[in-house]
Amino acid sequence: MLDIKNIHAEIEGKEILKGLSLTLERGKVHAIMGPNGAGKSTLSKTIVGHYEVTVSEGEILLDGQNVLEMEPEQRALEGIFLSFQNPVEVAGVNNAYFLRTALNAKREKEGKEPLNAAEFLKLMRAHLERLGMKKELINRSLNEGFSGGEKKRNEILQMEILEPKVIILDEIDSGLDIDALKAVAEGINRMKSPERTFLVITHYSRILDYIEPDYVHVLQDGKIVKTGGSELVSALEAEGYKIINEG
Amino acid sequence: MSQSKVDELVSQEYQLGFTTDIESDTVPPGLSENTIKFISAKKEEPEWMLQLRLKAYKKWQTMDEPHWAHLKYEPVDYQAISYFSAPKQAPDSLEEVDPKILETYEKLGIPLEEQKMLQGIAVDAVFDSVSVKTTFSETLSELGIIFCSISEAIKDHQELVQKYMYSVVPMSDNYYATLNSAVFTDGTFVYIPKGVRCPMELSTYFRMNAINTGQFERTLIIADEGSYVSYNEGCSAPQRDENQLHAAVVELIAMKDAQIKYSTIQNWYPGDETGKGGIYNFVTKRGICEGENAKISWTQVETGSALTWKYPSCILKGDNSVGEFYSVAITTLGQQADTGTKMIHQGKNSKSTIVSKGISAMHGQNSYRGLVKVGASATDARNSSQCDSLLIGSTCGAHTYPYLEAHNDTAQIEHEATTSKISDEQLFYLRQRGITEENAVSMIVHGFCKEVFNQLPMEFAVEARELLNITLEGSVG
Repeated sequence: MLDIKNIHAEIEGKEILKGLSLTLERGKVHAIMGPNGAGKSTLSKTIVGHYEVTVSEGEILLDGQNVLEMEPEQRALEGIFLSFQNPVEVAGVNNAYFLRTALNAKREKEGKEPLNAAEFLKLMRAHLERLGMKKELINRSLNEGFSGGEKKRNEILQMEILEPKVIILDEIDSGLDIDALKAVAEGINRMKSPERTFLVITHYSRILDYIEPDYVHVLQDGKIVKTGGSELVSALEAEGYKIINEG
Repeated sequence: MSQSKVDELVSQEYQLGFTTDIESDTVPPGLSENTIKFISAKKEEPEWMLQLRLKAYKKWQTMDEPHWAHLKYEPVDYQAISYFSAPKQAPDSLEEVDPKILETYEKLGIPLEEQKMLQGIAVDAVFDSVSVKTTFSETLSELGIIFCSISEAIKDHQELVQKYMYSVVPMSDNYYATLNSAVFTDGTFVYIPKGVRCPMELSTYFRMNAINTGQFERTLIIADEGSYVSYNEGCSAPQRDENQLHAAVVELIAMKDAQIKYSTIQNWYPGDETGKGGIYNFVTKRGICEGENAKISWTQVETGSALTWKYPSCILKGDNSVGEFYSVAITTLGQQADTGTKMIHQGKNSKSTIVSKGISAMHGQNSYRGLVKVGASATDARNSSQCDSLLIGSTCGAHTYPYLEAHNDTAQIEHEATTSKISDEQLFYLRQRGITEENAVSMIVHGFCKEVFNQLPMEFAVEARELLNITLEGSVG
């Protein structure tokens, strides 16, 4: 579904991804693990067109379409979604208004009528409740003053409402207590579908206990160095990344 | 996002930059006693008014142009300005209004007829200097409300004019107000009688048209005891290379238990990005809460002018009186704004609120300058001020100059100021959710201004939002 071919990408002149190739399959959950500084976040930034990243070589195709030529908002409208590691706070921009604007941009592309405020609020309330989020988050400014857990749940809320096709979760489990982790994992599991693919980037394995990846890829020094099934998680857990180097 | 992209987004050609080709009755440039006599005669004014004008002119000649504001500009040549320009035909009814003028209003989005029918707004449209058409006067006059041009008021309501004109902004208040006192050409007069709640929004559009014509309008609004009025002023000017001068005076008087809400959308031509052309806007606006529980609210959205020098103020004389100032000022291209307010507390328990939002982009310079003064008599006076600046890009500037003077120990004064930037990370976040870059900028700026827009009457708020979008969107998309 998403083909990443021989990507070389740099940030501030420093090459981080060094010929990375990876194919995300429709209907599958891919986990990416790797030590700090391996290039996990750079990979997610490269896919969504983050302004810090310069791609010097390689290509990314979404069902054959050249993703690297698209503006970030086009990539989003094609169904690529990134749950940010540190969602930014935007003062004054109402959370519900923001999300409705985003949803209506998607609906417009699909040739659907926009949802009015009332229709949207009904939808948003249902999702909030399921995620165990407070109703007052509807009228708060986007991520402003949200706790770490609220921010992450808000990312999941956006994912559920926007119903993207390619879902990248960058360290979705960092800083979450066990309840929040469960709520987030349940949200992700609800979204699993034969039409979607997931890229779960994580430093720790605990989220993977809840969402069971089909594939586990180990990213090290800008390349995928090992690919396996979920059994790889426990091996990494037990012995650390040195098994890769030894293997 | 690159700087040039940001610049492109926040700049755009002035969309109301057209001129109307009608015959004008314009005096040659220059200012002398004869010019003033000409203006006064043209307007068929009584002798007392002419004498007041001449007195102001004498005073003005002894004054110096002030230069304390954070503004840089070429000196104004007061002898190069024409002080009177009126459309030649003086129409009696809407049917007689020059179709080209009506067309101009249509481009501005204020067709008189449509507004009359759809919006229930009485419009006193000032085209250059003469009031073209006053609508709804009849409905209003049944309630005893006077809503007319200041020229008519000088002839028909002499007592009120003589009593209140110069009572809030004295003739010799400042350089520009004194100049206005000598040469003002038209403006609006409103009187709301005791206990009357004005049933509709009163609205005036000022529009400068003739080349090199300064517009010196003068507005006087009196709300008698227990009355209420909401007055909306909107401005726009055609595109010219020359810098035009606009030196208006607005005086508000709110008696006991009366309330005046004064809203402005200022969209004068801002000049180009090199600072060429555009309106110099030197305005004196002041209101007095004369009696107990009186309330005056100023709300302004300033998107235009090359230079803005403007401090809508409140003198809180009555006990428990309330003054409010809500402002959004955006400076982009090479615009400069030095704006703010003065809250002068004299009455006991008087209360004032200041919310100022400055947005700077490209080479815009935005200064907030505000004075809160609590007099010895103003026991338990309270003020809360909030001044926020938003910077877009790195070549613009924001400055805050708060002045506080408290002569009474019981005063409670709070001042908060913030400066923030639209960050690349914020824009990227919104774009990652499928929102275009333009809409993302607009969304953040609107969020920033929300508190002030909420104060505007509904139709005006819609216009302000659109205007902000026009100013921000640029030619992209």
